[in-house]
Amino acid sequence: MMARPAHLTALEAESIRIFREIAAQTTRPVMLYSIGKDSSVLLHLARKAFFPAKPPFPLLHVDTTWKFRDMISFRDATIERFGLELRRHTNPDGQARGINPFDHGSAYTQIMKTDALKQALTEGGYDAAIGGARRDEERSRAKERIFSVRGPGHTWEPKRQRPELWHLYNGSLAPGETLRVFPLSNWTELDVWTYIQSEGIDVVPLYFAKMRPTVIRDGQIIVVDDERMRFLPGEAPVDRMVRFRSLGCYPLSAAVDSDAATLEDIVNEMRTTRVSERAGRLIDKDQDSSMEMKKREGYF
Amino acid sequence: MPDSLLRVLTCGSVDDGKSTLIGRLLFECGSIPDDVMVALEHDSRRFGTVENGVDYALLVDGLAAEREQGVTIDVAYRYFETPKRRFILADTPGHQQYTRNMVTGASNSNLAILLVDARKGILDQTRRHAAIASLLGIHDLVLAVNKMDLVDFEQAVFDKIVADFLALLNRLGTMTVTPIPVCARDGDNVTSASTRLPWYTGTTLLKVLEDVQLNQADAETPFRMPVQFVNRPDHAFRGYAGTVAAGTIRPGSTVVNAATGVEAKIARIVTMDGDLADAGFEQPVTLVLDREIDASRGDVIATVPAPRLGDQIDCWVVWMDETPLFRGRAYQFMLGTRTVTGTITDITNRLDVETLNEIGVRELHLNEIGRVSISLSHPVACETYETSRELGGFILIDRLTRNTVGAGMVTNIHAGRSEVYWHRLDVDKQARAGLNSQKPAVLWFTGLSGAGKSTIANLVEKRLHAMGKHTMVLDGDNVRHGLNRDLGFTEADRVENIRRVAEVSKLFVEAGLIVLVSFISPYRNERMLARDCVEEGEFLEIFVDTPVDECRRRDPKGLYQKADSGQLRNFTGVDAPYEEPLDPEIRLLTLEATPEELAERVVEALRERGIVT
Repeated sequence: MMARPAHLTALEAESIRIFREIAAQTTRPVMLYSIGKDSSVLLHLARKAFFPAKPPFPLLHVDTTWKFRDMISFRDATIERFGLELRRHTNPDGQARGINPFDHGSAYTQIMKTDALKQALTEGGYDAAIGGARRDEERSRAKERIFSVRGPGHTWEPKRQRPELWHLYNGSLAPGETLRVFPLSNWTELDVWTYIQSEGIDVVPLYFAKMRPTVIRDGQIIVVDDERMRFLPGEAPVDRMVRFRSLGCYPLSAAVDSDAATLEDIVNEMRTTRVSERAGRLIDKDQDSSMEMKKREGYF
Repeated sequence: MPDSLLRVLTCGSVDDGKSTLIGRLLFECGSIPDDVMVALEHDSRRFGTVENGVDYALLVDGLAAEREQGVTIDVAYRYFETPKRRFILADTPGHQQYTRNMVTGASNSNLAILLVDARKGILDQTRRHAAIASLLGIHDLVLAVNKMDLVDFEQAVFDKIVADFLALLNRLGTMTVTPIPVCARDGDNVTSASTRLPWYTGTTLLKVLEDVQLNQADAETPFRMPVQFVNRPDHAFRGYAGTVAAGTIRPGSTVVNAATGVEAKIARIVTMDGDLADAGFEQPVTLVLDREIDASRGDVIATVPAPRLGDQIDCWVVWMDETPLFRGRAYQFMLGTRTVTGTITDITNRLDVETLNEIGVRELHLNEIGRVSISLSHPVACETYETSRELGGFILIDRLTRNTVGAGMVTNIHAGRSEVYWHRLDVDKQARAGLNSQKPAVLWFTGLSGAGKSTIANLVEKRLHAMGKHTMVLDGDNVRHGLNRDLGFTEADRVENIRRVAEVSKLFVEAGLIVLVSFISPYRNERMLARDCVEEGEFLEIFVDTPVDECRRRDPKGLYQKADSGQLRNFTGVDAPYEEPLDPEIRLLTLEATPEELAERVVEALRERGIVT
């Protein structure tokens, strides 16, 4: 732990205020928990916002069944440690059809992530879903409101967003509408790491550099996590010192060469890196407006 | 490590080089990763407007539509930091049609960078941007005079622009202005001093951003905290959660609930990091008091002098919706953590943001800014915007679409109604109505002209009268001969027409009567306003549903004929809209039953609701 920089105090205050507005203005909120560093920070802030009570909403994990094993064990330990309620959802149709990231490409993301998310939100009857997305991740995210209204079918209309002034978050909804809320909107990746460091927040060990079995695909480092990995003819895993900047489904999240084995190392690496965080996310690159299109369809 | 957070608004018209300046700042502060730069170079070749160069506008224009059209539509937020400070840039579009976006960006900003093209000088747009920044309470402004290379780095050009701007400032109120000559494309005076402007001895843009003093909360300021919610995990704990809006508090401090004046002392300031010895501006806390003061969301916990309780306010409103703002319209009014109903009682002036003159108007259109008076359904603890952004800034929410349609800044607070003593009367409406074994109610008949509203209302009244019930009919045409003779048929006048009739209905309800109102009342919003005048269950919306072709065929007063031939304007169903009720208590399809049968159905509905027995 270290002394917290003043700008993080300001960002923390804004996020706590947002969490409290959700609790006050919505009737059935849920928090998306995707196990990564942003989710860890989000959960920490939620606990702060409602202390000494527990966060007044369940956590939802949209499980594609292709998460790293370390992520799942971290998830279960976290839920247990803080005494939280976790709801898991996997798209039953996608699972029955055997949809997987090796054979189905972008259809996999659509079916196992976007569709699964929409199913879970509709089935749960949630009027608000809290997510850890940040505006600095991607340029269409930079334009999204903190309280973001979704139309029927969870669609996003970027040109018809409500003006959002001061700290007055308008959470009222017309019939058929739901909310997505982003308490980390104004945080950067560096903020997230310095906050994790100063608050002593636990994160999945995959963020720290370690020798891991890897293969190189299209110039990206893919870590071999379990026996479901498919190898090309003649391909064999090679141990490399790597870590992850961003975690998703294991065959779709690329690792980076790194020696950063502690939080301090990571923060230092962050200050000098010349590569963006989502460069390792293979799903964002299909098309120019890839993220905006996915968001319009209901993705976070 | 940065030691503070500064929120910066950037404004200026498209051609002033705003995006280039932002891109330059981000680039030089190392905030553009290499892969993003590669993508940017790729996009610049495809959509860019800069010949053989990187078009930084594409970095901030995040939406597909923006990149394709080459314009910034929405506010974009960008982040960067230096060893001294972390920055949030709200980049806002310049065009007049995006005024609401600029206002949005300005609402949370501490400082504004206003760009001016050295070749063009102060334009209408410059005045507009300066006026909005001033109105939204931004006290520090950097006047970045850009494209100095295109005027040969002439000091005279710069000095003239600065003098023109300072003259303008006299009409804008207090603001600290730092003028800087820059060339954003090459980076002169952006992050490092320029050698091409030897006559300029001032500082660089980045230095100003790093050094400007943040408005620190004054320790002398009285404490204010709007309650977001009451935290009650168990019976033993009750805490008021909120963010400190002003002042400082310690355990032992005496506070009041501003709404009631009930006092208590702070027992604990609870956070997950442990109890605090004090809490100040913008800190989120949970306050435990030494006794119960019956506060809930929307109340303000304060030290004395507590904020005023206002039920009539004067304010500036920035209108953000396609449907204009009229007198008589009601909206949800959200200030701090309180939401009440706010009815527009007056619109007097519009600010012409390009000349800074005020012009007399009666309505406000999209992107216009005007002086408005609002009457609130319940008193709200508030302050002027000048005193507090937190307790003086509010939004207006449309009650049907739920959209944010306006933003306002309180300039004056009146405790009008609460100072007019409300006489508590011994004989109340229940007592009056009880004499006739009836419950008071408003039967609001709405529908097109010629739909049959008056005919059915008349039949219903005859039946009720025969049953010994006390009734009163308010008919649209009749009221226009007297009470509302001064009103015409514009949208604004129709709103006022309904407001008066709703208030008169309310008086009759107080008298214990069953009031039958027969009014076209074409707008949902106004019918909702009428509904809000009386208590829950006392208002029955009766939709007399007759297709317009049938009304035109009946045309009992020959009005459709006049409207169709153009002799009569603003006629509902012809050249003015009728918004059908979405969920009326009673719907009468006049093509399927006789007026007598429909009247009987209404009386039956009154029996079911226990309004008559």
